[in-house]
Amino acid sequence: MQTTIKRTAVYVYEAPVRLWHWVNALAITVLAVTGYFVANPLPTLPGEASDHFLMGYMRFAHFAAAYIFTVGFIGRIYWAFVGNEHSRELFHLPFYRLSFWKELLHEVRWYSFMESEPKKYEGHNPLAHLTMVAIITIGGIAMVLTGFSLYAEQTGLGSWQDQLFGWLIPLVGQSQDVRLWHHWGMWIIVVFVIIHVYVAIREDIVSRQSLISTMISGWRMFKDDRP
Amino acid sequence: MTETFYDVMRRQGITRRSFLKFCSLTASALGLGPAMVPRIADAMETKPRIPVLWLHGLECTCCSESFIRSAHPLAKDVVLSMISLDYDDTIMAAAGHQAEAIIEETIEKYDGNFILAVEGNPPLDEDGMYCIIGGKPFVEQLKMAAEHCKAIISWGSCASWGCVQAARPNPTRATPVHKVPGLANKPIIKVPGCPPIAEVMTAVVTYILTFEKFPELDRQGRPKMFYSQRIHDKCYRRPHFDAGQFVEAWDDDSARKGYCLYKMGCKGPTTYNACSTVRWNGGLSFPIQAGHGCIGCSEDGFWDKGSFYQHVTDTHQFGVEANADKVGLAAAGIVGATAAAHAAVTALKNAQKKGDQDQ
Repeated sequence: MQTTIKRTAVYVYEAPVRLWHWVNALAITVLAVTGYFVANPLPTLPGEASDHFLMGYMRFAHFAAAYIFTVGFIGRIYWAFVGNEHSRELFHLPFYRLSFWKELLHEVRWYSFMESEPKKYEGHNPLAHLTMVAIITIGGIAMVLTGFSLYAEQTGLGSWQDQLFGWLIPLVGQSQDVRLWHHWGMWIIVVFVIIHVYVAIREDIVSRQSLISTMISGWRMFKDDRP
Repeated sequence: MTETFYDVMRRQGITRRSFLKFCSLTASALGLGPAMVPRIADAMETKPRIPVLWLHGLECTCCSESFIRSAHPLAKDVVLSMISLDYDDTIMAAAGHQAEAIIEETIEKYDGNFILAVEGNPPLDEDGMYCIIGGKPFVEQLKMAAEHCKAIISWGSCASWGCVQAARPNPTRATPVHKVPGLANKPIIKVPGCPPIAEVMTAVVTYILTFEKFPELDRQGRPKMFYSQRIHDKCYRRPHFDAGQFVEAWDDDSARKGYCLYKMGCKGPTTYNACSTVRWNGGLSFPIQAGHGCIGCSEDGFWDKGSFYQHVTDTHQFGVEANADKVGLAAAGIVGATAAAHAAVTALKNAQKKGDQDQ
């Protein structure tokens, strides 16, 4: 016998957060693809050098997407101040609460098929929360810092990019080191994207709440009214 | 009274015309305007020569070799005389105790007024016993001279960064000059390169002697005029980089056409030096022009940054050696496969659950 299922909904992601998410998705895709081809260029082109500008366009796309990512990131930080409580999740991790770690373990067990049912969350579950803070917030800042310090190499000594970010290169070692860490960062984000997309689809289907539609409409729908 | 630079030059048979040519060449090499030429000439004519102690630690003498090949004939003939090079054990006439006595003498006579030029660096392990000069560890000689000097020039990558003797695992703990513990706090100018370009070396010396101060330095203490741009920024093959035309293998058609050496591991994009503008051997050529990528010899720790022939070089961290692209691609593949397997198990479990509910 089935009981009647009540569906409840909560407004979680405000419009600027949703917009930021999708702009970010696009920017990260462009950044990863062009970044890979800047490090490992496509096969050589024939003819006169003046006939082509492939690396030039590749780098332009990378820098343009990087600026969009950075401006979006700054806008997102602003929204954490003026938005609802969920908009602050990216910048606040309650690692000092025992319940956070308990629920995180529960979530790991759910993904290992050791729990029959996941818990319900209006915002991120603890595992997702931890990953988001590590990859998007900390990782994003690391990529912006390393990226702009490398960008400052071509804008030149004394440019605002150099004055704001140039200190990073001697701190890390030299230009080649910064390049490598920026490149490792790209692969970490690629792996994150694979997991993120898979988990979002999976949770949307088998968990007790909506996932993908929430990032479009902003409303979190719960599939049952049990706690 | 000590002779002026001009006196020395005239004594060496250099005409006034050649002297003025040298002044204007130096001014343009230093990136100074034409108005600076008379100031350089005036300084050369009126200022007494500043004595220089040129010490050698762990090094290969390539800096000295480069220095004496400075292409301006005047720089070659004159700079050596004009800086009153009081001590340089590889090229001085004196030897043994006589040579060592000159250090003491210079320090006594010009206390706080001489330039200390250091080629190479001191090893610190075993109390510096891996480099003995005149019966004493080099590190002691260096500290003593630094105590009394006006300023220090770190010649080459050894003195600036450590270079090959400081490369992993650095068995003698060779240490660049600015990191030597207990060294007197004196201004240090780094002129890295293995070796540095001859004209860069003579220009730095000329600037210091003319204006009695260092040229403007960047964050890492290198003269901005020669180290503020990458080889890549002024490389004559740069148009091929922007176009996407690369050498894919040594001696392929692209190599013969002189395309960009980026894929062959050229370190031009990460190396700060003046090779692509000043070039070598009197502006004749530089590595990239000769068809080989830059190896980044003026960069900190360039021996330990992986292959000279790879662009995405291997990373050494936590004792492992790994290549970002190989590891990244493998990780993405494994995670992708795991996600697919996870999805399959999820679907199975769900079907099972539904089956249970239906019964």
